[in-house]
Amino acid sequence: MNDQPADHGTDALPDWAPGLSRIPYWLFQRQDVADAERTRIFHGPSWNYLGLAAEVPNPGDYRCTWVGDTPVVMVRDDHGEVRAWENRCAHRGALIAVENQGNAKSFACVYHAWTYDQAGTLTSVAFQKGIKGQGGMPRDFDICQHGPRKLKIAVLCGLVFASFDHAAVPLEEYLGEAIVARVQRVFLGRTPKILGRFTQVLPNNWKLYAENTRDSYHASILHLFFTTFKINRLGMKGGIIVNHHGGCHVSWSSNTQPKASADDYSGLRADSGYQLADPTLLRGFDEFRDDVTLQILSVFPGFILQQIQNALAVRQMVPRGPDKADLHWTYFGFEEDTPEQTEVRLKMANLMGTGGFISMEDGCVGGFVQRGIAGAADQQALLMMGGHDADSQDSRVTESSIRGFWKAYRAAMGI
Amino acid sequence: MDQHTTIARAQAAQARCIDNNLLEQWPDFFTQSCLYKITTLENHTLGLPAGLMHAFSRAMLVDRITALRQANIYERQLYRHIIGLPAILATEADGRVRSETPFLVVRILRQGETDLFATGRYLDLWDLGGENALLAERIVVCDSSRIDTQLALPL
Ligand code: FES
Ligand SMILES: [Fe+2]
Repeated sequence: MNDQPADHGTDALPDWAPGLSRIPYWLFQRQDVADAERTRIFHGPSWNYLGLAAEVPNPGDYRCTWVGDTPVVMVRDDHGEVRAWENRCAHRGALIAVENQGNAKSFACVYHAWTYDQAGTLTSVAFQKGIKGQGGMPRDFDICQHGPRKLKIAVLCGLVFASFDHAAVPLEEYLGEAIVARVQRVFLGRTPKILGRFTQVLPNNWKLYAENTRDSYHASILHLFFTTFKINRLGMKGGIIVNHHGGCHVSWSSNTQPKASADDYSGLRADSGYQLADPTLLRGFDEFRDDVTLQILSVFPGFILQQIQNALAVRQMVPRGPDKADLHWTYFGFEEDTPEQTEVRLKMANLMGTGGFISMEDGCVGGFVQRGIAGAADQQALLMMGGHDADSQDSRVTESSIRGFWKAYRAAMGI
Repeated sequence: MDQHTTIARAQAAQARCIDNNLLEQWPDFFTQSCLYKITTLENHTLGLPAGLMHAFSRAMLVDRITALRQANIYERQLYRHIIGLPAILATEADGRVRSETPFLVVRILRQGETDLFATGRYLDLWDLGGENALLAERIVVCDSSRIDTQLALPL
């Protein structure tokens, strides 16, 4: 019933020699690449984050979201199931839902009032039979043959993922056991509670941010906040997990010191030049059943789950053409949090986002690359730290998980 | 001086600090135990508490500036604040005064573009008891939910 889009081919694209350690810059510059990504990746058998189930807690609650740059509505139906469908009227393409969020029994397109149920099924066409026998739709018009595309849904720990491809492998299989376990360790069966939503406009191709997220090599070089304030990072151990198809990863580090007290968290050394005037910024609480203080987890293509001490957030990437992307941040805690714990999360939120002490830099390096490669479509980036493969590693001085992204990318794009 | 003038003067002096790169003086416009938050209208309306910058004390504002000067990497930039007149909303039982003031911030990046970076309003709580008007609270409510990358300087 659903008209499939034409597959934007990749035949016209320049050559890309096999391998994962050389990435041609034309990948970040061309509209035809973005078009092919829409069909082959975002509308393909990938799993895309839509939002938190906690954002649509009651029957009829909905939120507008995206898969790639395709607008999608996420709805909880009257039976309690989360549904998702393309936000595009089957008549002439208008948005069906035009508010960011709301509650609805059904959805009527404002343009000519074609109406859809909570599952996105077309249920009525205004004046289908015309007026007094005049006008109206042809007799053989079959309402069942029309409607926006519906997505397959999977929910993990309250994270709602969707796929346009109903033949996509189950989400847990797509992620792999190790990644699933690392998602679960953040949620621990608790109910997420939204603390804020912010959209950061990135002046670069979405894949440069996907690379940055998976780049454990840059962290201690680009982000100087912890070093400047001599926040104790000695004895940090960490590693990288890359899943079987490469597209999903976890980068983690932990404070191996026996037991960090509140004062260790403020991390000040008596002899340091710069100290936090208010060390309560980093005074956290023991939340997870391990000593992992930082965990960045990505799901191909556009999802990130972040834990920096007690600062938790999910990020959703939405491409906006070859050289722009929207990064949607959702900061969250849990219904189970005490008011004091919520305050800790709000303070630590200063670390993240477009103005974050340790993520501010990530917002500009993508733009530096996008501008730097302006005249270099035929040149390529080097990704050889830690070898040429996309394997899990104990060192974080590696670009292994970025190569993992490109492994999944090449497979999905067929290039 | 009437309240209106006192507040307008303090706002002008404060914006001048940010725009003229006198950032170190900026925390002096706040009380010791102040609250400073940058948020968006959407979050504000929905009652979502998180901020893009969120200081729970003047010391945290000092840390913001130290980090900007010593630690953070961001593209060289400049703001120009255009601040409207404050509307005095209420006087609290303790004598502190609430005001709301519209603002517009233009950002000039290293390459020379001048962009409209943010518009919104300051929701302020003023302590007018001392020599200078001090902010006990400033909630910066940005009108747009989209913020261009790198909110480095305070608004
Ligand atoms: S476009 Fe939706 S009813 Fe016409
Ligand atoms: Fe980073």
